[in-house]
Amino acid sequence: MRYMVMHYQTQDMEDGVLPSPEQQAAIGEYMKEAAMSGVLLSGEGVQSSSKGARIEVNEGKVRVIDGPFAEAKELIAGFAILEVDSLAEAVEHARKFALLVGTERVDVRKVMEYEDLQQGSQ
Amino acid sequence: MTDDIEASSRQPAEDELDQRLATLWRVESPRIIARLMRRVGDLDIAEEVAQDVFVAAIEKWRTDGVPDNPAAWLNKSAGFMAIDRIRRRDTQRGKYQLAAASERQAMEHDLDQIVDGDLADDLLGLIFMSCHPILSPDARSALTLKLVCGLSTEDVARAFLTPAPTIAQRIVRAKRTLAAAKVRFELPPESERPARLEAVREVVYLVFNEGYSATSGDQWMRGDLCAEALRLGRMLAALTPSDTETLGLLALIELQASRLRARTGPDGEPVLLLDQDRTRWDRLLIQRGLANIDRIEQLGGTVGPYALQAAIAACHARAAVADDTDWERITALYDGLARINPTPVVELNRGVATAQAFGPEAGLEIVMPLFEEPGMRDYHHLSAVAGDLLCRAGEHEQAREHFLRAAALTQNSVERTTMQNRAAQCASGHATSD
Repeated sequence: MRYMVMHYQTQDMEDGVLPSPEQQAAIGEYMKEAAMSGVLLSGEGVQSSSKGARIEVNEGKVRVIDGPFAEAKELIAGFAILEVDSLAEAVEHARKFALLVGTERVDVRKVMEYEDLQQGSQ
Repeated sequence: MTDDIEASSRQPAEDELDQRLATLWRVESPRIIARLMRRVGDLDIAEEVAQDVFVAAIEKWRTDGVPDNPAAWLNKSAGFMAIDRIRRRDTQRGKYQLAAASERQAMEHDLDQIVDGDLADDLLGLIFMSCHPILSPDARSALTLKLVCGLSTEDVARAFLTPAPTIAQRIVRAKRTLAAAKVRFELPPESERPARLEAVREVVYLVFNEGYSATSGDQWMRGDLCAEALRLGRMLAALTPSDTETLGLLALIELQASRLRARTGPDGEPVLLLDQDRTRWDRLLIQRGLANIDRIEQLGGTVGPYALQAAIAACHARAAVADDTDWERITALYDGLARINPTPVVELNRGVATAQAFGPEAGLEIVMPLFEEPGMRDYHHLSAVAGDLLCRAGEHEQAREHFLRAAALTQNSVERTTMQNRAAQCASGHATSD
């Protein structure tokens, strides 16, 4: 089963403060180790919200708002997709990453599979 | 809403803690054992120390709660316990005056030999050891699933639909064989490496195929074994990132696994590749498979059988509908595969692809001589393919005979009915090719 692990931004990340060389090296090392455990399928990190936009839909009306957005800690900083046996296993991987990357929150969510959609339509 | 007490800092309930440690064993034990192997040099001792570490964890965490970073705690404790173990051994030796240097157990290391190396090398060493060519394929897969995937003996037994005592026996015997042959935990020299890697890939592909075309059990494929093989394949590719055959193997099994969901119909019946609903294929796995094929091309060099088979699988993955399949390219790839791996089954597939690309007569030129190959005459699939190609070439009477032969040879009742129906269509003259 797959889980999407999403970590939230810190104010520093939003302010565009890049991780220190040591931290970058540690993150690089972690990603290598995660790949070595054979569970990492994919992952990306995103930049400060000042370089992005938000689309709001209100009763069918679409509004596009350019970044930055005020609530930095409510924004996703990146995600990884893990193929694991259980939620518990995904949590153990996510925990290590959370401590390393210095985020205050990581969400671990189960990826919707085709079979889940089939069940929903019945 | 937030909890006042953090889950990790309160005293965990008994079974909750057991569960937690089982998960941690799965995630951390392969690297802990790999690291310990480098330190103590002996597989049994490494496993024993790893188990001691987890026992110590249960005892400590039951009263203190689970630490915020249990993985770090486990790895650190393993390091201390390994050193402790070696010290104790040396003290004992001193006490009993056993310690003539020449009598030292060859498998164990000394304290001053302990160096922390690259985790990648440690893991690779563990994989090479558990996939050692002196072990039988069955022993290699069982040992690898246990040590490298972190499965329990019961999990391995369940995966292979084999009683747990049998698997336990198999693992014990495998370890004994390794010890008797004085197999050391070390990376094989550069000259032996290609052959040793090949032995590892064999295990990965064997486990994958055991799941993909389950030869035993009620289901005709078993996702759990496929998942373990994919995990192993990904590990191996991460550990040897510029080995094109390993990348080829990973691409091959990821591309094949991308079709897992589409291979079964609503009643559990097999759905053949060209009839599958391609919208059900797993796009993430396809994307990964295709990316690895690009990497293989960038790396260059000679392309091996796994990379070629992956390239063939990629031709199917790239076609949004079956009619878009690039059969000419598939034929060319099979020509290449037949040159380096000339087996009758590869020839048969080459014949099928050639027929798709250049017409049934061209395919028959490759397929018909296969009836002369030992062991192929009674292969029902060969007769089925011959029947199909002859039918498409308008040779209905000959086609009918081959379909009947295929029907008589197959063990599968669904397939038997299909073959009988096709024979009947040939007899009535309104044969269709599908």
